[in-house]
Amino acid sequence: MTPAIEQKGYTHPEVLASTDWVAEHARDAGVRLIESNEDTLLYASGHVPGAVHVDWTSDLNDQVRRDYITRESFEQLMSRIGATPDTTVVFYGDKNNWWACYAFWVFQLFGHTRAKVMDGGRIKWEKENRPLTRDVPAYSRTDYKAPDRHDQPHRAFRDDVLKHMQARGQLVDVRSPEEYAGTRMHMPDYPNEGALRGGHIPGAKSIPWARAINPEDGTFKPAADLRKIYCDEKRLSPSEATIAYCRIGERSSHTWFALKYLLGFGEVRNYDGSWTEWGNMVGVPIEK
Amino acid sequence: MASFPQKLQSILDTFDLFPDPADRTNLLLSYADQFREVPPDVATRPFGKSHQVPQCESDAYVWAMKMPDGTLKLHFAVENPSGVSAKALATILDRSLSGLPADQIAQVDSSIVERIFRQNISMGKGMGLMSMVEAVRALARTAIANR
Repeated sequence: MTPAIEQKGYTHPEVLASTDWVAEHARDAGVRLIESNEDTLLYASGHVPGAVHVDWTSDLNDQVRRDYITRESFEQLMSRIGATPDTTVVFYGDKNNWWACYAFWVFQLFGHTRAKVMDGGRIKWEKENRPLTRDVPAYSRTDYKAPDRHDQPHRAFRDDVLKHMQARGQLVDVRSPEEYAGTRMHMPDYPNEGALRGGHIPGAKSIPWARAINPEDGTFKPAADLRKIYCDEKRLSPSEATIAYCRIGERSSHTWFALKYLLGFGEVRNYDGSWTEWGNMVGVPIEK
Repeated sequence: MASFPQKLQSILDTFDLFPDPADRTNLLLSYADQFREVPPDVATRPFGKSHQVPQCESDAYVWAMKMPDGTLKLHFAVENPSGVSAKALATILDRSLSGLPADQIAQVDSSIVERIFRQNISMGKGMGLMSMVEAVRALARTAIANR
């Protein structure tokens, strides 16, 4: 049986919500439950009652530039889902909360810190035979005002990564071991979305993102187990600046979440340019 | 443009009538809702690995049974409860290809996946869905070879 979140030894247990908590609070006035998936059909096929849908491509990504939405677009999104700055947003989704953590991360770029992730995501909710509905809830529109997007504390750009690499800073490559080794140019079973070279950023340590998860129910492993992986086995120091990356920054937002909130790493950033940028960039070294 | 068997062409034409992603989502869900799993007289759990669709994270299985008139009847199983896209495609393939001779089924190419799913195709699903079509084609080719 999975222990209660408060008993798992996390630095910031408040960023996780249990399925019990969600069942009780999903429709509270100050709570907005948000489902974010990779599979665009999943929400429509059935979601936790009260949840709204936020799609990672159409809602969170700029449709022209390779970037995230602007402040104005974020305000529109939050107004559409009926959120205010005081609303606690609770994310969950498929793939062991991979996309939920990604959405959580994007929300932090706009300083919406009243945010949680439902531990275990869809898989745990479904395994517990909790209800799903196709009814799309209607919430009164709000007039959300957001600050300008502030990337720096959470997001690393290529020049940041280059300097960090040259200074031998901590880098975590969360892709599969084959992608890290350069023997595979894309995720197993996924299309090749095009990096010219295979390998990893010099000095990066290979820690596939899913090692943080209990595969049977999608919950995060307890802090002691996470510490064994990241700190004991891979020798990462919580007091040193750390940058995580993957292919486009989605898997690494999951690791970013685990390092920052569950293990209390002081300075963690997600490099969303990741391998689709680094593996194609002129003039930067790689390692195999 | 490739030509498809009549029933499949009709389904593809219907999808083309719905450019709006929300409408297509509803159409796909209606197919997923009509999914019928392989009957026990054809296969029971644990399903044979030789029937498993490679690269499909929805854990899909496919069978092609030869009917007395020489045509094939397709059956599917989708073990992942979240495999909504796989169930939708399985229903479409069954509806449009079952009852056809193996030669015609072997001609269908996996480009239909993009035509059916368009914006609803997610990063990880595309490969698996195309593999479902390829698995059906492979069974049809085997049926042809075994004549």
